[in-house]
Amino acid sequence: MLNSVKGMMLTLASTFQGLKKPVTREYPKQPTPVQPRFMGFPALTWDSGVGEPFCTGCMVCIRNCPTQCMSASMMDNPLNEEGQSHRRKIVDYFEINLNRCILCGICVEVCNFDAIVMSHEHEMSTYERNGDRVALPGLLDIGKKYQQETAWIPPTVLAKAKKDAEDAAKAAAAEAAEPAAATQEAD
Amino acid sequence: MNAEPVEMLLNMGPQHPSTHGVFRMVLWVDGEKIVDVEPHIGYLHRGSEKLCEGEQYHQIITLFDRMDYVANFNNELVYCQAVEKLMGLAVPERAEYVRVILCELNRIASHLLYVGTIGLDAGAMTPTMFAFRGRERIQSLFEAISGARMMHNYFRIGGVKEDLPDNFEQMISDLLPQLKEDVEESDRILTFNEIFLIRLKDVGGISAEEAIDFGFTGPCLRGCGVEYDVRKAQPYSVYDRFDFDIPVGLDGDCWDRHWVRIQEMYESLKIIEQALQQIPGGEVVSSLGRRLIRPPAGEVYVRAENPRGELGVHLISNGTDRPYRLKVRPPSFCNLSAIKRLLAESWIADSVVILGSLDIVLGEVDR
Ligand code: SF4
Ligand code: SF4
Repeated sequence: MLNSVKGMMLTLASTFQGLKKPVTREYPKQPTPVQPRFMGFPALTWDSGVGEPFCTGCMVCIRNCPTQCMSASMMDNPLNEEGQSHRRKIVDYFEINLNRCILCGICVEVCNFDAIVMSHEHEMSTYERNGDRVALPGLLDIGKKYQQETAWIPPTVLAKAKKDAEDAAKAAAAEAAEPAAATQEAD
Repeated sequence: MNAEPVEMLLNMGPQHPSTHGVFRMVLWVDGEKIVDVEPHIGYLHRGSEKLCEGEQYHQIITLFDRMDYVANFNNELVYCQAVEKLMGLAVPERAEYVRVILCELNRIASHLLYVGTIGLDAGAMTPTMFAFRGRERIQSLFEAISGARMMHNYFRIGGVKEDLPDNFEQMISDLLPQLKEDVEESDRILTFNEIFLIRLKDVGGISAEEAIDFGFTGPCLRGCGVEYDVRKAQPYSVYDRFDFDIPVGLDGDCWDRHWVRIQEMYESLKIIEQALQQIPGGEVVSSLGRRLIRPPAGEVYVRAENPRGELGVHLISNGTDRPYRLKVRPPSFCNLSAIKRLLAESWIADSVVILGSLDIVLGEVDR
């Protein structure tokens, strides 16, 4: 009996706490913030320097997707012929069936061209069965939104910058050691 | 008019809130007493084992996420270890520690979910809310690390996907005290509650010999007083470097199973603290793991301690980029096999508690 009363007191105490400072969020009205690494639906990125997608339609991601939910085709890049772009091939058609995608992130890992990202988009319910089959323009839209929101820098550029910095540090360290060795030799 | 007493047939599930998924029990009852029970499984069968034969090795991790969907990291770990053992691949030290920390956090999250549901099964609503709040904290951390709350796909063959985020230390030092509080709270609110004790004590008991015969593992077996934990019996990963105890129960009834799980959460917290002190720096994935994975022909059996018991993976490779056969030994399935014995001669009202105390996950039972 005493225990039950004690239990009730605990419940009452937390009820009052909850009334004072609610811990829940009214979800659709108040969007839940996501973490930086959050994996939402995959989207394609836009190379604004050239004005074309990063994707070359190489199909590596398609071969590695565990659910086979993507398809793509490749074409010769018209901008390359004009000399504006270094990509000889470019994506012609790309589609992801987002209803089928399991948000695993494998496609992002295997892509060699920084062309695909896991965006922060996750609220995409539709009324039709195939309403979430998104083609190239739609994917680029999601991607552009993501790039803007997170000030996206291509991962290979980031990795290269990091490596360069490390190399420079190493070179500086070697240089600092060398003059000392040189003076010793002179002696 | 004199009516003959007859046995009545009562169908429970598959859509029943306290069968923890899609599990169906057909109960033959005599008044309030259960005479016989027939369990039906297979409503969530997705053919995961067969699907594994058609996927490349690095894609199978996503399937393991979806088997025991409450302990995703633990599942990924067993599979990755199986392939690593077959390939003779050494995992970087840091990756091992990251894996252990995440697995133990996942164990706490899984047990917290259990605390919530056993509360509901016994008729208490409040513990659910308390337990889920704690579990939510862990899942936010998982989201920050792996990018997903549940289907992480974070472990890789030969390490983990990427290093921990820069603010990880801050996050975990914020989380651990809170988590300790949550665990203590769910312990205080439920374990020695009068009503809860009456509902669970001396209900659904099973002796140690019988439990071993049924193939019990995990908290269900330790509740019977058998001190068996794969982390100690056959240490894998870096578990031999931590100092922790194996809590064991006395009578093997529902309450003992509950108590063991609660104590395990404290032990997991201990392991996490030690791992955080010992964690070295360096690489998180071996360079071999990044290439196309093609283990040599052969077979391995690897097991590990999941929150629900011993998860085993038997992997047969024929030297191609897809496994020839992959057999999973799910702990929930073996624990559930005793349901007929546990429910016989018990009351209808207890059936829900007994099933809840086994802590099954149907995704794993049916695969
Ligand atoms: S997203 Fe990447 S991997 Fe996929 S087709 Fe485009 S360039 Fe190739
Ligand atoms: S996230 Fe996974 S399932 Fe989705 S498109 Fe990429 S590889 Fe396929």
